[in-house]
This record gives sequence, structure tokens and C-alpha cells, in this order.
Amino acid sequence: MSKKSKLKHLKGWDLAFYICNGIFMAVFVIITLYPVVNTIAVSFNDGIDAVKGGIHIWPRVFTTKNYATVLGKQNIKTAAVITVARTVIGSVLSLVTNALLAYIISRKKFMFKASFSLFWVITMYVNGGLVPVLLLYKSLHLTNSFWVYVIPGMVSAFNMLVIRTFMQGIPDSLEESASLDGAGHFTIFLKIISPLCLPVYATITLFVAVYQWNSWFDAMLYNRMKDQYTTLQYELMKLLSSVMQQGGNAVNVNNAADNRVTPVTVRSAATVITMLPIVCLYPFLQRYFVTGLTIGGVKE
Amino acid sequence: MSQKTGSVKVNKTQPYVGKNRVTFAELKRQSFLVITAAIFFIYGLIFYYIPLGGWVMAFQNYKPKTGLLHSKWVGLAKFKFLFEDDRFIRVFRNTLAMGVINLIATFVMAILFAILLNEVRNTLVKKGIQTISYLPHFLSWIIVTGILHDALSTNGIVNEVIRAFGGNPIVFFGDTKYFWPIVAFANVWKETGWNAIIYLAAITAIDPCLYEAASIDGAGRFSKILHITLPSIRPTIIILLLINVGNVLNAGFEVQYLLGNDLIKSVSDTIDIYVLNWGISQSDFSLGTAAGMFKSLVSIILILIANSIAKRAGQERLF
Repeated sequence: MSKKSKLKHLKGWDLAFYICNGIFMAVFVIITLYPVVNTIAVSFNDGIDAVKGGIHIWPRVFTTKNYATVLGKQNIKTAAVITVARTVIGSVLSLVTNALLAYIISRKKFMFKASFSLFWVITMYVNGGLVPVLLLYKSLHLTNSFWVYVIPGMVSAFNMLVIRTFMQGIPDSLEESASLDGAGHFTIFLKIISPLCLPVYATITLFVAVYQWNSWFDAMLYNRMKDQYTTLQYELMKLLSSVMQQGGNAVNVNNAADNRVTPVTVRSAATVITMLPIVCLYPFLQRYFVTGLTIGGVKE
Repeated sequence: MSQKTGSVKVNKTQPYVGKNRVTFAELKRQSFLVITAAIFFIYGLIFYYIPLGGWVMAFQNYKPKTGLLHSKWVGLAKFKFLFEDDRFIRVFRNTLAMGVINLIATFVMAILFAILLNEVRNTLVKKGIQTISYLPHFLSWIIVTGILHDALSTNGIVNEVIRAFGGNPIVFFGDTKYFWPIVAFANVWKETGWNAIIYLAAITAIDPCLYEAASIDGAGRFSKILHITLPSIRPTIIILLLINVGNVLNAGFEVQYLLGNDLIKSVSDTIDIYVLNWGISQSDFSLGTAAGMFKSLVSIILILIANSIAKRAGQERLF
């Protein structure tokens, strides 16, 4: 009832605007969701049957064999362990180091404040490029190792500046009174500043975790020869290129025809497994990345 | 401290003596900060600055056996090779073209989406749409390119729609003219909702009185958007544009690498793929470094230009 009366008040052009806007939003939502829903539908569909195409938002011949095939692969299991490990370890290391660095740089009395800030800001704009970086990692023995995932990108100027901006909003008097009570900088960082920074810490942890979970290029470039350090996204990439090269509908010779799985359906199942954790979690973490982006976006 | 000899000010502004003077007492008080900073300094030197030093390779004929110190110096020969290489000219053009198209497309869409979403009256619907709009941002490029590949394949949804309207199916990945729009669409699909976050925040901060006053003057939705919303978020738009101009050449790797094929190589290869081919696969480290260095230098120049334009226009700027 209230909606109707509201619409009555609208003049011609405004009414047209609202209708167009509604259509725009509906199309937007469909285009955003359809591919994801379609992937889920295909992942639960019989492989041979899927070759015919025409599966939209619901599987035609239901099966869970695609998932059984994916989860039965040793490389997927290894990749899952490595991916979880790099996400957890990488996020923790990044948070601790970026927070500590942000604390140092946000201290007004820190004697090298200006030059040290510049030192990090520069790293946002210039980088050596692929080749020098690869040679450096080789000489540091970081290639063919797990640590290449978490050590090199650990401190990032962007994330650090987001935390710093947040810390600058905390009144100096808190630090001053604590230091009058004899607290050192480490205690102040841990006991006074950090508890107030939990929202921005959550934001940065989220950013890093998503980055870690979704990375594949480092696995391909630095750990190509080491199957024990493969990641989910890299395995997915291999599946994707096999789909592209074989035209997608060929029945994989390794999986006998009675298994009725094809690269397309297996890849869909692997895709769903890979995106599931993030897709389930992100709606509950919205307020963290929204605050983080608003602080970080309009920095400096 | 020196400019005013008034009394109360001194305590407030600078409780410690001297701004940058390193005294022993100060050093002791800050020992934790200084030591930790030194560790971070070493880390930064190793992981961010040593690779910059690696740029000398671009002026050498670097061989891993002889190392940086004993490799033969060749001056600008590698750069000369680059600029005479048709393929490099082409990858540079591709990178720049896709970077600019993506930048414009994602910018316009994010702003449009933010403004239109703000006009949705029902809070629940608005929240729901926004939550859905973030979803693609959290998917990796691997997943996004896989989805795109399925949707655009000969019996994918897009060709199904084309057939339903009586058209002929299109082989999207077999024709050079489709690739740039596909990449732009992929970027728009993935990042529109995410990029709109900042604009939505800026729109929320607009004083509602402005809209009320406009209503009294008889302004409709269109003129309110045009004369209130857009001008209010202009500073945000400009600062984000500045940040992203420097990234124009960085935006060209994952999609192009994953979706490119031999048929459309001439439009899909980018500088990063060129570096990967020469520097890593062919092990011509010097040429790879030179190409990467050129990209980095062009990026810096772009940032500086954007910054000075913003400065001259009296807008906010990066530094």
C-alpha cells in the first residue's frame, strides 16, 4: 500500500527513472550471479551429458562424481593443504609486520619518520620487474620453497599506510600517559594501540588472505618443478588450460569413460571447491573491507 | 616553537627538543623503534631495492655464469633491440590500449553503479544488491577467465542468446576484434561492485540538505544526480583516477595470459607476457629486464604527468 502511494507522488520522468533503474539493477544482478550459479550446476551434472550443453541454473543429470574425482586427486589434496597454510601463515605474518611498521611510522617523535616513510612510499611506485626479482629469489634460495609465498610480499606499503592512517586517528594522549607510567614502545603497541586497531587489522588480514588464497602466478613461476608446493589456483589453472586445449568436451583418457567425467565438469567442481570458502565468508566481513577501503582509498 | 614567544603554545606542539636532532637520550627512548625500523629497512632493501639495482642488467649481456660484475656491458643495445622489434611495439600498444580501455570502462561503470544503487529506495534490496556486487571481486582471475571462457564458447550462454535472436554464433576467441572488449568486460564484471564502495561512501557523506533544497526548487532525480551527486564526489573520482593512471600498464597480465591463444596473439600479448617469454622462457635476462624497466619508467612518467595536471587544476594530488 505504501509503495503504491509513494509511486503516485512521482512525476513522469522520475517514475521512468525508477523503472529503468530497477531494470538496470535486475540485469546487473543476473549477469553477476548467473555464471557462478551455472558453474555450480555444471559441477553437479554428469560429464558426458554436459557435452550437449544447455545446462543453466540446475543440473540435468545429477551426479557427485565430479567432486569425487577432484577430491580423489592427490595433487588437489596437496594443493589444498598448501593453500590453507599460505593463507594462514601469510596473513598472520603480514598483519604483524605491517602493524608494527605502521606503528613505528605513525609515531610523531620517531627520529627517522619522514625519510623512513618515503623509503616505503617509493616501493609502491617503482619495482624492479619480473627478471631481477626472479634472480633475487633464486639467489636467496626462495625458489622451490614454500616461503616464496609468504616472505617476499609480507610488508606492503599500501597495507601499511592503511593501518598508519587509522593509527593517526588515535589521540596521542593515550601513548603519552602510558609512557609516563613507564611503558615502553613495544608495550604501548601491544596493549594500548593494537586493541584500538582491531577493525583495521581485520581489514588488512582479509585483504591479505584473499590475495593469498587467489594467487597462482607465484606457484607457476617459482615452484613449477615442485609438486609438493602447488596451490589450488595453480591446479585450477592447469585444468583450465587442459579444457582450452582439448576443446573441453573430450573425455579425459585417464578417467575411464564409465566414470563419465569430462575436463569441463571436473574443472567446474574444482572451481566450486576453490571459491566456496571465500564466497561463504565474505558477506559477513563486509563492514571490515568497507571501512578499509574508505580509509585506504583516499590516503595521503 | 620559535615563531611565537607566547606561553601556552610550547607544551602543546613539541614536547621534545628539536625535531630531527638525534640525541643519546632520545636514541635510548626510541631504541625499540630504531632497532625494529632497522630490520624493516634491511627487509625493504632486499626485497624492493635490490631488484631495482638489477636494472643494470638491462645495459649488459647478462649471463648467470659471469654474474653482474663480469658480464659484458652493451650500453643501450637491448633497448635498441626493443624499439626495433615489431613484436615489442605491438605488445606496448596492446598494453596501453587495454589499460586505457579498462580504466575508462571500470571507472564509468563503478560511478554509474554507485549512483544508481544509491537511488534504490528499499534498504534491504540495496544491501542485497551490494553484497552480490562484491562477489566477483573475491574470485581469482583463474576462476573468472574459466567462467568467461565457458560463457563465450560456441555453445555457451552468450551464443545461445545470439541464436535465440536468430543470429549466427560467434567464435569469440578466434577473432582479434573481440579480445579488447572481452578483457574490458571481464574487468568491469569483476570489479564494478568493489570499486563502487568508495563512491558509495562518498555519496553517503553528502549533506542531505542539498537534496532537500533542490527538491523544493523542483529538481528531479536526473538534475539532482547531475548537479549535486556528481560534483560532490568529484574529488574522490579525481584522486582515484590519479592512483590508477600509474597502474595503467600494470593491468595487463592475468586475463591476457590466461585467455590469449595463437590466433589472437597479435592483440592479446602484453609487455608482461613479452617479459615472461624473453626473460624467463628464453632466458634472455637482459632483454626481459630492459622491457620491464621501460614499463616501470613509463608508469612513473604517467604518474608524474597525472599529478602535475591535478596540481595545475587545483585538485587533490598524490604527493
